[in-house]
Amino acid sequence: MAEPVLAVDNLATHFFTRDGVVKSVDGVSFTVAPGEVLGLVGESGSGKSVTGFSIMGLIDPPGRIVSGSIRLKGEELVGRTEAEMRAVRGRSLAMIFQDPMMTLNPVLRIDTQMMEAVHAHEKVSEKAARDRAVQALAQVGIPSPEERLSAYPHQFSGGMRQRVAIAIALIHRPALIIADEPTTALDVTIQSQILAEVQKLCAESGTALVWITHDLAVVAGLADRVAVMYAGRIVEQGLVDDVLDRPLHPYTHGLIGSVPGEAMPGKRLMQIPGSTPSLGRLPPGCAFEPRCSRAVETCRAGAPPLAQGSQGRAYRCINPVPAEEAA
Amino acid sequence: MAAQTTQRPELLRIEGISKRFVKPVDLAGRIANMMGASNREAVVHAVDGVDLSVAEGEVVALVGESGCGKSTLGRVIAGIHEPTEGRVFWRGQDIARMDSAARQAFTLGAQMIFQDPMSSLNPRIRAGEIVGEAPRVHGLVDAAGQAEYVSTLFRQVGLDPDYRRRFPHQFSGGQRARIGIARALAVKPKLLVCDESVAALDVSIQAQVLNLFMDLREALGLAYVFISHDLGVVRHISDRTFIMYLGRVIESGRTDEIFREPAHPYTRALLDNVPRLDARKRSFSTVKGEIPSPLHPPPGCHFHPRCPMAGPRCAVEVPRRTTLAEGRIVACHLADGGVAAAA
Ligand SMILES: Nc1ncnc2c1ncn2[C@@H]1O[C@H](COP(=O)(O)OP(=O)(O)OP(=O)(O)O)[C@@H](O)[C@H]1O
Ligand SMILES: Nc1ncnc2c1ncn2[C@@H]1O[C@H](COP(=O)(O)OP(=O)(O)O)[C@@H](O)[C@H]1O
Ligand code: SF4
Ligand code: SF4
Ligand SMILES: [Mg+2]
Ligand SMILES: [Mg+2]
Repeated sequence: MAEPVLAVDNLATHFFTRDGVVKSVDGVSFTVAPGEVLGLVGESGSGKSVTGFSIMGLIDPPGRIVSGSIRLKGEELVGRTEAEMRAVRGRSLAMIFQDPMMTLNPVLRIDTQMMEAVHAHEKVSEKAARDRAVQALAQVGIPSPEERLSAYPHQFSGGMRQRVAIAIALIHRPALIIADEPTTALDVTIQSQILAEVQKLCAESGTALVWITHDLAVVAGLADRVAVMYAGRIVEQGLVDDVLDRPLHPYTHGLIGSVPGEAMPGKRLMQIPGSTPSLGRLPPGCAFEPRCSRAVETCRAGAPPLAQGSQGRAYRCINPVPAEEAA
Repeated sequence: MAAQTTQRPELLRIEGISKRFVKPVDLAGRIANMMGASNREAVVHAVDGVDLSVAEGEVVALVGESGCGKSTLGRVIAGIHEPTEGRVFWRGQDIARMDSAARQAFTLGAQMIFQDPMSSLNPRIRAGEIVGEAPRVHGLVDAAGQAEYVSTLFRQVGLDPDYRRRFPHQFSGGQRARIGIARALAVKPKLLVCDESVAALDVSIQAQVLNLFMDLREALGLAYVFISHDLGVVRHISDRTFIMYLGRVIESGRTDEIFREPAHPYTRALLDNVPRLDARKRSFSTVKGEIPSPLHPPPGCHFHPRCPMAGPRCAVEVPRRTTLAEGRIVACHLADGGVAAAA
């Protein structure tokens, strides 16, 4: 396998709040190969966004990366200064957010913002920057981009704004894009258009993609590999087909069974009891234990170790789902 | 399931329902008018000529993309909005001609559960009072019996009765959804109109709430109008489905039949686009274009600028509703003589 674009190793990002330490990300490891799409799934509060922000170097106090390593094309990002990170962000590493207005400035015209993005990392003429902007907008499927350039963000629909944010992320052909639920707020036909564009662009440019979502079905359609997060840890990861067809971790198994539209219509869905735990007060052993139907005595003793299989398959569970139940 | 539903007595029927909103000219428009422009107030045709019925115990889904009029139609069905045109019948009686006792039966009988559980719950009122207020006001229970009544409702929706004294912010999203459901159930409704009631919930919690809806249907014989943009949810829970596009119902019928064989090009596009667990590393097929503004819907068939099948007739003539089979209706020229010639 080619050298990974991104290698996250044992990352821990904690928030030191007045109510105690929130271990939002606690020992997360994964890699992404060039041109590969990794789906990072989990329910709200599981630590997906904090993982993404950690990679981008966007963790502010009271949060801090407390340990671990993040290597982009072999180079360590943990410990870099803000100025050093700014040189990386937007050029070899870019992020797309659920709300495109995290990227866009409401009071500036689209052309101003896009040309600024070009100039942030390249010294080119106004004319060249403008051409790049037009080209980037056309790439993400915005019709008549020359005319749209002089618009303000509020003159665009939500789907269009997200396309502009994607165009900005792609401007310097980064090695890696982190996309944090960028289609969650969009209608299904618009989501589909954006997924199709992103798929095409990443295939063409070899850009690797970390696609953060709570929607397993989007991961199924888009990703090569999937990592499932629960309470700050990746509890299972591997090739999409392996994980979705034969989940080993009871949480992954439960999540798949909770997706409506897959089970027999009208039958009860396989529900996971209880709700997601507060990260400030996790049980000492496996964090999923209070909700787990397969829990045994030893699950409460300590955090389950990482079990590793072939092709990057890994999971944290001492009593995994047997094959005959997983299907 | 659906075969039996057609024999169950009708609970609610709406005929020719339209709802229009007038959007006044905004400040920028008024200023422009002073300079000689002619901005007029705009009319949004949020719902345009919809017929629909719900039998006792039946689950009817309304689906469609943002702004297509699902919530507006749901509010008309629940008696919250007056329709601009059309009639609403509750157990066969026109609600516009009801005496006050019958009107009260409709008001309590059809309850709405809102899109965002947090914003629909008063943050300063304890959960027990949120649930217990309406049945007390309507004389379904006296002050002495309220605590016991509310405890029963809490148990019914899977909440610990001890939580009655908590405030809304002290609950998780899934628990708040349950409070919203308990509040609606408190007045012994026959029909629940659920507007995106599970959309904001995590999948594992969403599954719990969907299971609860199905249990309540079984236990209380409740009917539902289930509004959702999530086709997986709709397929799972509903007997019949109505698909809306820019205010109009463009296809309706039994859910299993629509999912097996969608007849309208828009329905087909929606179903093709929905991500599925079993569709791996797929190429996402796309419908071209954006959803047009409801302020300026395209003439003829509203879908024609995006439709791969559109012909000359589609841009000028509103498609009629054609019955394909019993209970299966589609509004598309393809099902009604073809798309080629303008009539
Ligand atoms: N009170 C109102 N005043 C003016 N326009 C309104 C009002 N309520 C709804 N509309 C308009 O009517 C149309 C339908 O709105 P509605 O809320 O029913 O859509 P929806 O299908 O529920 O959308 P969503 O999926 O986003 O909830 C929209 O164009 C909306 O802007
Ligand atoms: N600035 C912050 N201060 C304190 N806690 C935070 C902060 N940002 C995130 N968290 C906590 O970290 C956890 C993971 O959050 P996040 O990564 O945003 O979850 P998600 O998986 O939904 O993206 C949550 O418990 C959240 O409350
Ligand atoms: S380690 Fe134990 S409690 Fe945790 S998921 Fe596995 S079986 Fe369940
Ligand atoms: S009427 Fe014409 S434009 Fe409308 S859906 Fe049918 S074929 Fe397409
Ligand atoms: Mg997040
Ligand atoms: Mg709505």
